Amino acid sequence: MVDLWDGLTQAFWLVITLDRELAEIALRSLYVTLTALVIACLIAFPLAAFLAVRRFRFRRLIIAILNALMGLPPVVVGLIVYVLLSRSGPFGVLGLLFTPTAMIIAQIIIIVPLIASIAHQSLRDLWQEYHDLLISMNVSQGQKMRTLIWDARRALLTASLAGFGRGIGEVGAIMIVGGNIDNVTRVLTTAIALETGKGAFALALALGFVLIALTIAVNLMIHWLGQTEREGRW
Amino acid sequence: MLFPLNVTDAQTRRWGKILVGPVSLHLTGAGATVIIGPNGSGKTTLLHLLHGTARLHAGTIAWQVPMAEARAVQSFVFQRPVMLRRSVVDNIAYPLVIRGIRKSEARAQAHDWVKRIGLDEMADRPATSLSGGEQQKLALARAFITAPQVVFLDEPCAALDGRATAEIEAILQEQMAQGTRLILSTHDMGQARRLADEVVFLRAGQVHETGPATPFFSAPQTDAAHAFLNGDIVE
Ligand SMILES: Nc1ncnc2c1ncn2[C@@H]1O[C@H](COP(=O)(O)OP(=O)(O)OP(=O)(O)O)[C@@H](O)[C@H]1O
Ligand SMILES: [Mg+2]
Repeated sequence: MVDLWDGLTQAFWLVITLDRELAEIALRSLYVTLTALVIACLIAFPLAAFLAVRRFRFRRLIIAILNALMGLPPVVVGLIVYVLLSRSGPFGVLGLLFTPTAMIIAQIIIIVPLIASIAHQSLRDLWQEYHDLLISMNVSQGQKMRTLIWDARRALLTASLAGFGRGIGEVGAIMIVGGNIDNVTRVLTTAIALETGKGAFALALALGFVLIALTIAVNLMIHWLGQTEREGRW
Repeated sequence: MLFPLNVTDAQTRRWGKILVGPVSLHLTGAGATVIIGPNGSGKTTLLHLLHGTARLHAGTIAWQVPMAEARAVQSFVFQRPVMLRRSVVDNIAYPLVIRGIRKSEARAQAHDWVKRIGLDEMADRPATSLSGGEQQKLALARAFITAPQVVFLDEPCAALDGRATAEIEAILQEQMAQGTRLILSTHDMGQARRLADEVVFLRAGQVHETGPATPFFSAPQTDAAHAFLNGDIVE
C-alpha cells in the first residue's frame, strides 16, 4: 500500500514538474504506437472491406487465420521481427534493429489482425444491409469498399481503439526489437519493466499511472473526435 | 431504348424449388407495367430477374442492350427500403457521387429532390431515423435522381397513407410524362388501375394473364384474374 501511494505522489510530481525524461519516454510511446496504429488501419480497413464484399476461394480460411492471429503472442512476433532485421537476416542491411522503426513494424504486425478482425465483423454486417442496393446500383468493387468503410466509421473507430490499447500496453515485442535503449528506444512499458527489475517500485508505478492516464486521454480524444461530427448518432 | 423486353421461359430456383417460371413475356414498355398477384406469387422475384439481380437458371431475358448496360440506366426501389447510414441528402446524392459527379453538385441536385418529396426539414438527419413512409419517399428520390430510363418499384406505396400515396403517384406520373418507364408491383388495385398501361398477373410463380391494362381490368380473360380483381382469395 505504501508503494502504491508513493507511486501516485511520484507520478504527480513527475507530471507537474514536466520531467524531461518522462516526457521524452511518453512521447516516444505515443509516437511508436500512433504511427503503428495509422499504418495498421490503412492496411486493416481495406483488407476487412475486401473480405466483406469479395467472394473468393480462400476467403473463409483467411478470415479464420486473421481471427487466430489476434491472439498472436507479442514476444514471438518480436523474435521473428528480430531475426528478420538482425544483421544476418534478410532485411539486415536496412539497419533497423534497435530503432523505433523496428518497434513500429512489430506493433503493426501485432495489431493488424486485431483491427482487421473487429472491422471485418461490422463491415460484413453492413454489407448484408447494403448488398441489394449497391448491386442494383452497379457500384464498383472499390466504391463498395469505400462506402462500407465510410458508413461504418464509428465501428472502425472502436476497432482502432482496441488496436491502440493493445499497442500502447505491449512490452514483449518492442523490448526485443527495440532493446530498451535509453534515449533511443525506451518507452513507458519497457521503462516500467526496467524499473521494476531494479526494485524501484515507486518509479515503476509512477510510470504505470502515466501510461494509464495517457491511454485514457487518447481514448477520450479519439472518441470526442468521432462525436463532434455533424450527423451524430451512428 | 431498352424496350421491347423479351422474356422466354425464364426460371429461377432456390434450393431446387422453382420460385418463378417458366415465364415468357413481351413488354412494350408503354408508360407503366404493373405486376399484380397474391403474396408469394413471385412479384419481387420477377422484378429482380428483369433487373438482372436474381439468378436466372433457365431461359433468357433480353433487353435491347446487354443486361449490364441495361442495369446501368435502371433503378430499383425495394419493398423494404435500404437506408445508407448517412444523412437524408447524402442518401439521395449517393447514386450521383457513385457516377463521379462532384459532391457539391450532387448535393445541390439532391436538395431539389429533398424539397420535392417534402423532407426539407430533415435533410441533414440520419436517414435511418425517418419513418417508414419517409424512407420510402427517400428511396424514390434516390431512384429518380439519375434520370434512369426504367425504374422498378416493388410495392412503392405499401407503407404509405392515402395522401402520401397520392404524392408518390404524382411524382411517378410526372416522371412517366418525361419518358421514364416504370415496372412496378402493387397490392393496391386502385393504384394498378390508375397507373397501369400493361398488366402482368402472376400466380404461383407463373404469368397467369398479361396484356394492355384497359381490357384486362374491364374484361379479364381468366377466372383467377376475375376473382383476384373482385378481391376474392386466389392462391
Ligand atoms: N431467398 C429466397 N429463398 C427461398 N425462397 C424464396 C426466396 N425469395 C423468395 N422466395 C420464395 O419465392 C416465392 C416468391 O416470393 P416473392 O417475394 O417474389 O413473392 P411476392 O409476390 O413478391 O410476395 P409479396 O406480395 O409477399 O411481396 C415465395 O414463395 C417465397 O417464399
Ligand atoms: Mg414482394
